[in-house]
Amino acid sequence: MNLASLAPLAVVLPIVGAALTFLLIRHSRAQRVVSILLLSLTLLLECLLLASVWDGGTAAVSIGGWLPPWGIVMVVDQFSSLMLVVSSAVSLAVLVYATGQGMADGDQDAPVSIFHPTYLILVAGVSNAFLSGDLFNLYVGFEILLTASYVLMTLGGTGPRIRAGVTYVVVSVVSSVLFLISIAMVYGATGTVNMADLAMKLGELDQGTRTLLHVMLLVAFGIKAAVFPLSFWLPDSYPTAPAPVTAVFAGLLTKVGVYAMVRTETLLFPGDSLNTPLMVAALLTMVVGILGALAQSDIKRLLSFTLVSHIGYMVFGLAMSSAAGLGAAVFYVAHHITIQTSLFLVTGLIERRGGSSSVDRLGGLAKLSPLLALLFFIPAMNLAGIPPFSGFLGKVGLMQAGIELGTPLAYVLVIGGVLTSLLTLLAVARVWNRAFWRRPSDAEHPDPVLLAPAAGRADGPGAKRNTVTLLPRTMVGSTVGLVVLGLALTVFAGPLFTVSDQAARDMLDRTSYIHAVLGGNIDVPMVATPGGGK
Amino acid sequence: MSVNLTLLIIMGALYACGIYLILERSLTRVLLGLMLLANATNLLILATGGYAGLAPLYSKDIAAGDYSDPLPQALILTSIVISFAVTAFMLGIIYRTWVLARRDEIQADIEDLRVAETPSFDAEDDAEVPAETSEFPMATVLAGGREIPAEQAAAEEKPGSENITPGPEEGGK
Repeated sequence: MNLASLAPLAVVLPIVGAALTFLLIRHSRAQRVVSILLLSLTLLLECLLLASVWDGGTAAVSIGGWLPPWGIVMVVDQFSSLMLVVSSAVSLAVLVYATGQGMADGDQDAPVSIFHPTYLILVAGVSNAFLSGDLFNLYVGFEILLTASYVLMTLGGTGPRIRAGVTYVVVSVVSSVLFLISIAMVYGATGTVNMADLAMKLGELDQGTRTLLHVMLLVAFGIKAAVFPLSFWLPDSYPTAPAPVTAVFAGLLTKVGVYAMVRTETLLFPGDSLNTPLMVAALLTMVVGILGALAQSDIKRLLSFTLVSHIGYMVFGLAMSSAAGLGAAVFYVAHHITIQTSLFLVTGLIERRGGSSSVDRLGGLAKLSPLLALLFFIPAMNLAGIPPFSGFLGKVGLMQAGIELGTPLAYVLVIGGVLTSLLTLLAVARVWNRAFWRRPSDAEHPDPVLLAPAAGRADGPGAKRNTVTLLPRTMVGSTVGLVVLGLALTVFAGPLFTVSDQAARDMLDRTSYIHAVLGGNIDVPMVATPGGGK
Repeated sequence: MSVNLTLLIIMGALYACGIYLILERSLTRVLLGLMLLANATNLLILATGGYAGLAPLYSKDIAAGDYSDPLPQALILTSIVISFAVTAFMLGIIYRTWVLARRDEIQADIEDLRVAETPSFDAEDDAEVPAETSEFPMATVLAGGREIPAEQAAAEEKPGSENITPGPEEGGK
């Protein structure tokens, strides 16, 4: 028995945790202990999985002993286990943050007690999607995480959340229906939904059918990943959710879509048949997204737009379908999950400390809370791609791959990428200047909380707010943890780049994936060369 | 693979009605549209299994081709369960919208409208009226030798504004 056969536990553990926390719904302390404990166990397990495939190799587990291509398989390779580790580390940090927020605000009664079970189910869905070696199981994973996200999005049922939730649910359901239609058509065309088996059989279809299936899958995943022009739902729906929920959505949910796109492009439809449209979509995602961010005055909305914009980088790396480009994209996904989530967590802290997340109402936070300023500054510069942070390294990797490719469109994308990076810097620098740098009295509509210290000491006139701790230690601690994780990605960028490059080569080669699932004695069909052919 | 034409026609009709309904602004109709889409997709999955055959219970005397394909049915079952859960949740939030706003309608995003209505946007000078930092009094602004209300002055700066009333010195033109 090898370690990889424990892979299903990455899905089972959070679900067990969800069941337990649901039973403990009246005991919030026990709920917290159980959910944090089980998520830590999951993270530990996933680290072991990553270690077992660190040097390459792919392992597959047949669930219930049904052999592929009939049964469901879970596949552990470098890409999926790297995604699992990063996503679980981030969700653990967010869980601790949310627990701290809950403890600080005193959530003894429903409906917030539903948070823990729902959150764990979300994590289970994400793990299931990452591990799935079967198109329909991928759909089920998506549905698990989406259904949990519907509940988290509308937590508390206030007016704005319901309004945002409606948009979110309708868009997600439509994309799921599209995905299901694609699965039905794939099954109709090939008679299988196992991804390794599909990799063998899709190449035998004629060009027209294959392109149709390819486009259908990419559109379905493109909605989930928020690729332009399918991205308009995201900035409308994410910012209204509670801070930890927005953070975990921003970090994980779109990346699951990106993950599915990567698998579609590399495993199911290798070759470069749709690379040009993907590149154009990537360029538009980057530029339109960041232009949207510049028009926002609410930090959460601004960050949602940068989230959309930076999805463009990953699609760019994917669209190059070269080992260098894909490797950089894998690295960029890992980097972006961490950074985007920490920025949203910091925004939650800003909202608590400054009373608002709108830059028109904020000011002087750098003086009021230097730690908060530092916590915002580091990931913000990282997001904008300032050296020496991991954002810079990821972008350099993408640019190098683009120049290596050398087509005119690739050069346009490289320029677009640099421009987007600069505009991101402008967007976050605006937040920095207005929320942290200027005097609170210079704000357009300063929040009374910020003006209070001017009259006396921070614990003087503002004392009537003392019933709520402004910056609970747990929340700050988990944010610090995540920012440090982001810095660790910078420090250990070398090994991480090695492993993502190797993951990219394995994915482009497909042999190890198909052999792990279907057995070692199968001839893997060659990747279709440009201009068609088998 | 043979296909059942009746199933296909019904599926097409369901898709057409579903797409029409989700384009409506009323939430209940959107929900009905999503249900129709989900059911049309179930028919599509069923159609991929080909014509109905014998129940897929193994018996030595029956050739493999005579059985029904059991996989599409398993897929449909899963998708029915999922769409059931989503429908129940949608009904919940539609009811909640009704309780909160007394309207069965998709509401526009306020922040989107604000950005859409903001005229030529300047990162630093986007306050609608001269901000509190101004040394001039809030209520009026000195422009062209006359005092006009600040809000009107701000409105005049917007491109395409029709609020501009000619001052007394150029009234004759």
